[in-house]
Amino acid sequence: MIGILGLQGDVSEHRSYLLSRYPSIRIVKKPSDLIGIQGLVLPGGESTTMTKLIRSSGLEDPVRTLLLQGLPVWGTCAGTILLSRGGIWPVVEAEVERNAYGTQLHSRVARGRIAGKDVFIPMVFIRAPKIVHVSNNVEILALDEGNIVAVRQGNAILTTFHPELTPDEPLFVDLFLNAVTGSRPPSSMKN
Amino acid sequence: MNTEEKNLVNRGLAQMLKGGVIMDVTTPDQARIAEDAGAVAVMALERVPADIRKQGGVARMTDPTIIKAIQSSVTIPVMAKVRIGHFMEARILEALEVDYIDESEVLTPADESHHINKHDFKIPFVCGCRDLGEALRRISEGASMIRTKGEAGTGNVVEAVRHMRTLMQDISRVTAMSIDELPACAKELGSSLELLREVKQLGRLPVVNFAAGGIATPADAALMMHLGADGVFVGSGIFKAQNPSRVAKAIVEATTHFDDPVVLASVSENLGSAMEGIEIPSLSQDKLLASRGW
Repeated sequence: MIGILGLQGDVSEHRSYLLSRYPSIRIVKKPSDLIGIQGLVLPGGESTTMTKLIRSSGLEDPVRTLLLQGLPVWGTCAGTILLSRGGIWPVVEAEVERNAYGTQLHSRVARGRIAGKDVFIPMVFIRAPKIVHVSNNVEILALDEGNIVAVRQGNAILTTFHPELTPDEPLFVDLFLNAVTGSRPPSSMKN
Repeated sequence: MNTEEKNLVNRGLAQMLKGGVIMDVTTPDQARIAEDAGAVAVMALERVPADIRKQGGVARMTDPTIIKAIQSSVTIPVMAKVRIGHFMEARILEALEVDYIDESEVLTPADESHHINKHDFKIPFVCGCRDLGEALRRISEGASMIRTKGEAGTGNVVEAVRHMRTLMQDISRVTAMSIDELPACAKELGSSLELLREVKQLGRLPVVNFAAGGIATPADAALMMHLGADGVFVGSGIFKAQNPSRVAKAIVEATTHFDDPVVLASVSENLGSAMEGIEIPSLSQDKLLASRGW
């Protein structure tokens, strides 16, 4: 069972993206929804709104406990902010700058590069944050114009773009599912 | 950016707002209250619809000074309204880099025949509708997001309910229809056949659809979510209430937990008096905003 934080944001897009490759998904809105989940997805949305709703719904502490126990987690866009320094669950040693590209006029679709490979995939950036600094414990997974746009530390994966909006490209969802099923190969990303 | 990419990012921003509340604000202070309450975006306005209704006169795009002050006071997206058909107001808002433009019947229409050709812009638009035909006409003009019109500034949810129910009934009718019947239906609705095919295939609008117009309480917001809205706009309902911050927070909670009556009961407590409402039949025909646009 994989949970998707369902308080606000593009929850249904993540749900259909995951359902195309994994059979059981649960929308998480309250602490009891966490029982039995093997992975958690934090969708795109507004991080300020989500943070308030996480606190008021009583999810802050139980999710933190699960993350510290190593629960696989994948944050896209707003989810990245929640899982980085200054976020509500800072399990990744990364610093992010919110809305770093500017207003919606600067949102765009790019062809970003998978780190260490000559592979480019479409990446949708919507009022995206920038990962401006990472510690040595953080593995850089993808880059766009010199900016870090995807990272991994332990079982946590962050993408500042929206893989769920380009569902034909399964690279990142597969990476997360590998973490969930425990078969994490050294990397589908580095051959 | 090609059209497909533009749709991905512009419809995409609306997808990121789902499950959230977009609040009308007229000052930086109000914008901060909205953000603190958990709004996913603010709509920067000179006057809320209830005041436009009361004071009358021509309602226009907001002064850029106010929009800029609101932009610099919050980190959430800032939207602003233009008059129906007023593409120059839209050019100005695009230059100001607001995040979304609402081509809105709440302002006095500038063109009674033509809506803005929204394909011409890089910035996304949201438009109002009362039924499926109207929604698809706006989408074919380039709208990236749809909202029901409701009857803004009344604090009365009845028109928003009517428009959302009509839209949803239209969609379920189209979904159940055979392919052969779609052209006649497109003719009847006054919409593009191509978009109608997409609705049939998806079982919903191809863009995000919020509720707007008359939402004043947490229960109103939850009602609209149950009827199929992806999120809600609250205009006068917040800053015309006795305790704006508390009402704003409660409506945010109610929109998220619309399917949990226990949460709804607890957030509805002690909110003070809601905005004063208006009975729709008491309004003369020329005071109805929803009938503006086609």
